[in-house]
Amino acid sequence: MKELSLNILDIAQNSIKAGAAHIGILLDETPDTLELSITDDGCGMTADVVRGVTDPFFTTRTTRSVGMGIPLLKLAAEQTGGSFSIESVSERDDPVSHGTAVRALFYKNHLDFTPLGDVVSTVCTLIQGAPDVDWHFCHRFGARTAELDTAEMRAILGDVPLDSFEVLEWIRQSLLEEYAGFDTQ
Amino acid sequence: MKSLAELAAIREKMKDKVVLREGSGDIRVVVGMATCGIAAGARPVLNRFVEQVSAQGLSDKVTVTQTGCIGICQFEPVVEVYEAGKEKVTYVKMTAEKADEVVEKHLKGGKVIGEYTISAMNA
Repeated sequence: MKELSLNILDIAQNSIKAGAAHIGILLDETPDTLELSITDDGCGMTADVVRGVTDPFFTTRTTRSVGMGIPLLKLAAEQTGGSFSIESVSERDDPVSHGTAVRALFYKNHLDFTPLGDVVSTVCTLIQGAPDVDWHFCHRFGARTAELDTAEMRAILGDVPLDSFEVLEWIRQSLLEEYAGFDTQ
Repeated sequence: MKSLAELAAIREKMKDKVVLREGSGDIRVVVGMATCGIAAGARPVLNRFVEQVSAQGLSDKVTVTQTGCIGICQFEPVVEVYEAGKEKVTYVKMTAEKADEVVEKHLKGGKVIGEYTISAMNA
């Protein structure tokens, strides 16, 4: 992947497919590190499956027997000297509290760090693809925060779906405005 | 977040439109957004379709959706166009620029762009 934001788009698709009602994408950034976590309350995975997903030759897909999403993110983190973890509780094991948390730590000054890229497009794309999910996106860097909470938006929008073009455009502009503050800190 | 008052304004404006959307969706544009598609550049293609369908006033007739791996990863980004009563059209190796053309000629003009379809790749 050319940008980390594309890995984020890819991994969050797994949360959508897991039937999650809430998906959180958190980015915690310092001058030296970037910590990414993607959490969901989807159907989760059993311990066996969790062990398998970091293996590129494991997939749940039936069109081909290779799944690259998680291995690619793991590689992107580890090649900067960072780390990767995935934890999951399957719906079968715990019908009330289940879901998956993917975490990756990147060292930004490492030669092999992949830049974050256009994370605003990733957020817009995710919401366009799964407008009924409640999304929480939050990127913290020092004193600055770029944040979006679709539950809050939905309370105002009522019946208007989040994937209406006007709403998607509001999301894009809203995040871009907040990111504009990142450069001036 | 940006001013939430603006969202309330969008809601007001959209009131009538939401009703209109109900009976719509004659044409469905489906963009492959699995790992293979994303890595090959599907994100800008999808976003261009979303943007142009709205800009060209096609929202009532065209819906843009995402799907997983279609199984022809070597041809990603792949875009499928479904239209009632017509055969599915599969566009391959798409770019944002090609998306503009598909919106203009195919979605608006009703003319399939043969050279961008998978049949042109097989020939």
